[in-house]
Amino acid sequence: MNAFAKEISERSGQDLSRCYQCGKCSAGCPSVEWFDWPNHGVIRKIQLGAKDELLKSHAIWMCVGCETCGTRCPNDIYISQLMDALRNMALEEGVKPAEPAVMTFHQAFTGSVSRFGRVHELSMLMEYKLKSKDYFSDLGAGMKLFAKGKIPFMLPKVKGKGELDTFFKNKGKG
Amino acid sequence: MELSFYPGCTAHSTAWEFTKSTEAVFTALGHELKEIEDWNCCGGASAKVVDKMLSLGLPARNLLIAQREGRTLIAPCAGCFNNVRRALTAYEDGGEVAKALEEALGEKWKGEIEVWSLVDFFDREGAMEEIAARVKKPLSGLKVVAYYGCQMVRPPRVVGSSDWENPTALERAAEAVGATALEWSYKVDCCGADLGISHGGHCADICTRLGEEAAKAGADAIVVSCGLCQANLDMRQSKTSLPVLYITELIGEAFQCEGRQKWWKKHLTDPSGLFK
Repeated sequence: MNAFAKEISERSGQDLSRCYQCGKCSAGCPSVEWFDWPNHGVIRKIQLGAKDELLKSHAIWMCVGCETCGTRCPNDIYISQLMDALRNMALEEGVKPAEPAVMTFHQAFTGSVSRFGRVHELSMLMEYKLKSKDYFSDLGAGMKLFAKGKIPFMLPKVKGKGELDTFFKNKGKG
Repeated sequence: MELSFYPGCTAHSTAWEFTKSTEAVFTALGHELKEIEDWNCCGGASAKVVDKMLSLGLPARNLLIAQREGRTLIAPCAGCFNNVRRALTAYEDGGEVAKALEEALGEKWKGEIEVWSLVDFFDREGAMEEIAARVKKPLSGLKVVAYYGCQMVRPPRVVGSSDWENPTALERAAEAVGATALEWSYKVDCCGADLGISHGGHCADICTRLGEEAAKAGADAIVVSCGLCQANLDMRQSKTSLPVLYITELIGEAFQCEGRQKWWKKHLTDPSGLFK
């Protein structure tokens, strides 16, 4: 096994050699039409050591982690764990993401958690909108939710937030 | 029964009516929900994308709080439930990850409490009889499909689900209050999750199809147990406009719980017409 495949295997705890390319994973995937290769193709790419292609792929960002593929895999390979390992690695290595909006959302979300201990939707969504420069999509629906009091102003507070510092400090260090 | 309750971040915002209806239904059933002290976010769908240990550390802290409080922990939000179960599984698997969690949080996981979703609550022996016994207004004639989505049923090893392709707990609960639960093939499909934020169009494709399939099955409404599923389905069906109800809202209506008119007001598609 090449060094890259070995690292992904170790990070994800998945045994890639078990894949026999049956394609069942891809058949049930809700996001596969937005991937560069179907799910079983992602496994093949890892086996081939195509690190650069994978870290720059759309697939790693368009996977929503629904776990349909892993649950149905006859060989118990949890592909979302592979996707997580690939995404973690892409962030650690500062690779420019093929789907910046997805990454921006995840960073705004975890940023909100690191600030407040809980997610504050209003500021999180505003941060996402500003950073992704996607100012207008869903504005109408957002305003409706706001009007219904579903996106409150009040900031959450977690007293023991400091207990999570280690995780935030070490994030992105592999 | 007293249960520790992990409401999650959406409890006071996008899933306000889920929390309120859950509290009302549990009270009517004679169970007490005790919100765990000073809980934090479970990491949502984002922490694991950003960093593996962060994604386990966040729910692990909540698990340890629940452990100190000593009761079974219930997390009605499917996402919170899934993440807490991930932390639980990491502890159970042991090894380096469990050790690192212990070190960072300064406390040992003793494995003495259970973690439940609403499905687990409904799967308890006698749960359906308990619900049926409190019905004041049977929801006769109301046809629903149950939609589980992902996080309550997958991955089975993590969440402890016994029937991940065809779960039936939500249907049984709907039938216990007199509604008719219809068969359909999309109950464990994904709603598009957080693509709703970054790729609204993709998420709309998925939710539109789910709405159409639910309508084709003959449903008047879709019943869910997840804040994100509810938000996506309520906001993004484009060819149908089926109301999307939390299972606890459905039960709450049959129980005639007080304040339920306020729940309906929080929906984009008003479900109150279903109950006239």
